[in-house]
Amino acid sequence: MAKRRILLCAGSGCVSSGAWKVKEELLRKLDERGLTEKFEVVASGCHGFCEQGPLLIIYPKETLYCRVEPDDVSEIVEEHLIGDRVVERLFYKDPETGERIADHAKINFYAKQERIVLKNCGVIDPESIAEYVDRGGYDGLRKAVSMDRVAVIEAVKQSGLRGRGGAGFPTGLKWDFTYKADSEKKYIVCNADEGDPGAFMDRSVLEGDPHAVLEGMLVAGYAVGADEGYIYVRAEYPLAVKRLRIAIEQAEEQGYLGSDIFDSGFSFHVSVKEGAGAFVCGEETALLASIMGKRGMPSPRPPFPATSGLWGKPTCLNNVETFANVPFILREGWEKYAAIGTEGSKGTKIFALTGKVNNTGLVEVPMGNTIRKVVYEIGGGVKDDREFKAVQIGGPSGGCIPNSLIDTPIDYDSLVEAGAMMGSGGMVVVDDETCMVDLARYFLEFVQSESCGKCPPCRVGTRKMLECLKRICDGEGEADDIDWLINVGESIKSYSLCGLGQTAPNPALTTIRYFRDEYEAHIKDRTCPAGACQALIDYVIVAEKCKGCGLCIKACPVEAISGEKKTVHTIDYDLCIKCGACMEVCKLDAVIRGKPAAQKEEAA
Amino acid sequence: MSESVQTFDGAKLNAILSRFVGKPGALIPILQQTQDEYGYLPREAVRRIARGLRMPEAQVYGVATFYAQFHLKPRGRHIIRVCLGTACHVRGAEMIFSRITSALDLNGGGTTEDLAFTVEKVACLGCCGLAPMMMIDDETYGRLTPKSAMEIVNGYLGETLARAS
Ligand SMILES: Cc1cc2nc3c(=O)[nH]c(=O)nc-3n(C[C@H](O)[C@H](O)[C@H](O)COP(=O)(O)O)c2cc1C
Ligand code: FES
Repeated sequence: MAKRRILLCAGSGCVSSGAWKVKEELLRKLDERGLTEKFEVVASGCHGFCEQGPLLIIYPKETLYCRVEPDDVSEIVEEHLIGDRVVERLFYKDPETGERIADHAKINFYAKQERIVLKNCGVIDPESIAEYVDRGGYDGLRKAVSMDRVAVIEAVKQSGLRGRGGAGFPTGLKWDFTYKADSEKKYIVCNADEGDPGAFMDRSVLEGDPHAVLEGMLVAGYAVGADEGYIYVRAEYPLAVKRLRIAIEQAEEQGYLGSDIFDSGFSFHVSVKEGAGAFVCGEETALLASIMGKRGMPSPRPPFPATSGLWGKPTCLNNVETFANVPFILREGWEKYAAIGTEGSKGTKIFALTGKVNNTGLVEVPMGNTIRKVVYEIGGGVKDDREFKAVQIGGPSGGCIPNSLIDTPIDYDSLVEAGAMMGSGGMVVVDDETCMVDLARYFLEFVQSESCGKCPPCRVGTRKMLECLKRICDGEGEADDIDWLINVGESIKSYSLCGLGQTAPNPALTTIRYFRDEYEAHIKDRTCPAGACQALIDYVIVAEKCKGCGLCIKACPVEAISGEKKTVHTIDYDLCIKCGACMEVCKLDAVIRGKPAAQKEEAA
Repeated sequence: MSESVQTFDGAKLNAILSRFVGKPGALIPILQQTQDEYGYLPREAVRRIARGLRMPEAQVYGVATFYAQFHLKPRGRHIIRVCLGTACHVRGAEMIFSRITSALDLNGGGTTEDLAFTVEKVACLGCCGLAPMMMIDDETYGRLTPKSAMEIVNGYLGETLARAS
C-alpha cells in the first residue's frame, strides 16, 4: 500500500520558523503510534506562504495547517491521522471574512495565482529526481534533443520569453547570438546571484525545484552548442547549493547530464560556483570575472558575453527563473506559453511579496496583472488595515509606484513607463509609516556601498547623492537639494559603465517624482510626515493616556524617563537616545512618535 | 607581526591548495575553503596562497578585500548577522541592529574585544516574509522585535559568560 503523504515545507522561511523541530516531533510521534509504515513525511521546497509557516499539508485532501508548533503535532496525529477529524484551529483564517479554510487551493493567496514555474515548488521532494520525472520532468529536454537546434531556438523566440534577471532581453534572441558565434567551445551560465535585498524567488526555485533549472540549462546548451555550464550561486544560499549538488549528482546517475544524453550525441556538464558576497557580481560581465577568480568588476560591452564571455568563449548567460521557464515551453509547446501574459511580456512572473502586507510570500501571476490584484487579492491587503502608500518594485534598480497608479499592469514596459522596472521581482509594500525619503536614502546607501568603484559617475555620484539624502533625513536639507538630486541622478544614469550605476538613482528619482511633498516637508518644515526619520521626531508621552505605571521607566536604558507612580511620566530629551524601548513596552499606546519637543516649545 | 610564521599551521592550507592544482578560476574557492578552516584569512595564508598560485600577493589581497565574505581579522565565536534588506528595513530592522550593537558596546558593528561576538549587517537573508530577520551562526530568527532579538542574544551571552567563569 502506498504511504500517505505528509508534506512539510522546508523552505528557508519555514525552517527559520521551526520546521525542523516540527518534523522531528512528527517522526517521533508517528513512531510512537506505530504509524511509520502508513505515512511518509516529505520535506519540500518553499511553498510560498512564508507568513503562515511552518506549513504542513496532509494528503490526499491537501489539508493545510498553518503556523504549526511542535506542541500541535500530537493533536494533528491523534485527531487527523488516526481519528480522521481535522484540527480546525490550525486552518488558515481569512483576514477579511474570518473564515477558516482547510483546502489550500481555496485560499485566495493560492487560488489567484497561476503557477507554471512554481508548479513543483512545495509539492515535490526537491532531493528526489524521480518525483521531478513523474511530473513531466526532463520531457522538455527529450523533445528538444529530437529537434533541430535552430527549431529549438525558434520555439523559444516564438514563446516570447524575456529574461527574468531584470532587463527583459528576449531569451531566444540571446540564444541565437550565442548559437551563431563561431567557436568550438561555448558555455552556459546560470545567474543565481539574486542580489536584490528583499527578493527570494530564485532561491526558492533552486531550493524547491532544482531540476527545472538544470533542464533549462541543458536545453540551452543543446540549442547553442555548449557542452559546459556553471551555476553562480549567492554565498548566503547554502541550502540552494546543497540541493543543486544533489540534483546534479542524480541527473548524472540517470543520464540526463553527462555524455551522449538520450543517445543524441549531445554532452553537457554542470558545476556550481559559490559567490563571495558582492552585489555587483549579479551583473553579467562582473559575474563572469568572478567565476574566473578575479575581482568582480564589470567591463564595457560590447563585446557581449554571447560572443566573448568565460575565458573569451561565447557564453549564454540567463537568470534562474528564465531557465526554469524553458521546460514548460518545450514540453507544452510555445503556443501555449505565448497565450499567457500580454502582447510584449509573455508568460508569468514570480514576485517576492513582502513589507507591510498581510500575506507575504511567493506569488506567481501572468504578466499584465495589476498591482492592485497582487497586493489586495493575493496579498490580502495592507497590514493592520493601514493605508497603502506605494509598492517598491525592482529593488535598488527599481522604483516606487504610488497608490494613484495601483492599477498599473505588471509587465516590462508599463513598469518602465512608471519609472520603475521589473528588476528581479522584489515587491515591497509600504504604508503611511514608511518615509519615502528614508527609503531612497536606504537604497542609495546600499548601491553606494556595493559600487565597485571602477567608474567615477557611479563611485562619486552615488556618494554625493547619499550625502544629500542623509542631510535631508537629518533635517538639514536645503531648498535646491531636490533639483540637484534630479540633475545628478540623470547624469549618473547616462554616464555609468554598468547597470548598477545606470539604475542606481531610480529609487531617489521615482520617490521625488511621486512624493515630492514629502521631500519638501523634510526640507521646508523640518518634519517627517511618516514619523520615521529619527532626527525629526521625538518620543512623546501623551498625558491623557499615561497612567503612570512605570513600565517605560524600567525599560529606558539611559534613565531618561521619570515620574511618580500613577502620575504622568516625562522624558528628559537631553538624555533620550530615541531607542523606542518606551513605546514598545507601553501597553496603553501612551508613547508616540511626534514632532521634536524642542520645535513644539518654539512654536508655543 | 604577532601572528607569526611559526605558529601558523600550514598543513590544512597545503591540503586545500593541492586540491586545486592546475584548475582555472581557483582563487575564490581556495579563499573560501581557507576561511572555512581558519575562521578568517591569516596573513601567512594569503602569502602562501599567492606563492602556490604563482600570482602577486597584491592580486590575492585585491580579490580578498573586494568580496564582503572574506575577513582578514579574527572573528567572534558567534556571528550575529542582522538583516537590513528592504523588507526588513521597512519593518524596523535598524532598531534591532542598534539595540544589539549598543548592548554589546559595538557602535556600528564589529567584533567584541573578548572575541565572543561579531555583529554585522547583511542585505537579505532570503526569508523576507518573516521580516525583520537575523541569523546567529547557522540559526535564523524571524518576526523579531528589538526586545525579542535582545532576549535571543542574551541567551548566547549567558552561555559565553558561563564558559568564561
Ligand atoms: C548591478 C546588477 C545586478 C544584477 N543582479 C542580477 C541578479 O542578481 N540576478 C540576475 O539574474 N541578474 C542580475 N542582473 C542582470 C544580469 O546582468 C543579466 O542581465 C541577467 O542575468 C541576464 O539574464 P536574463 O536574460 O535571463 O535576464 C544584474 C545586473 C546589474 C547591473
Ligand atoms: S530583507 Fe531581510 S530577509 Fe530579505
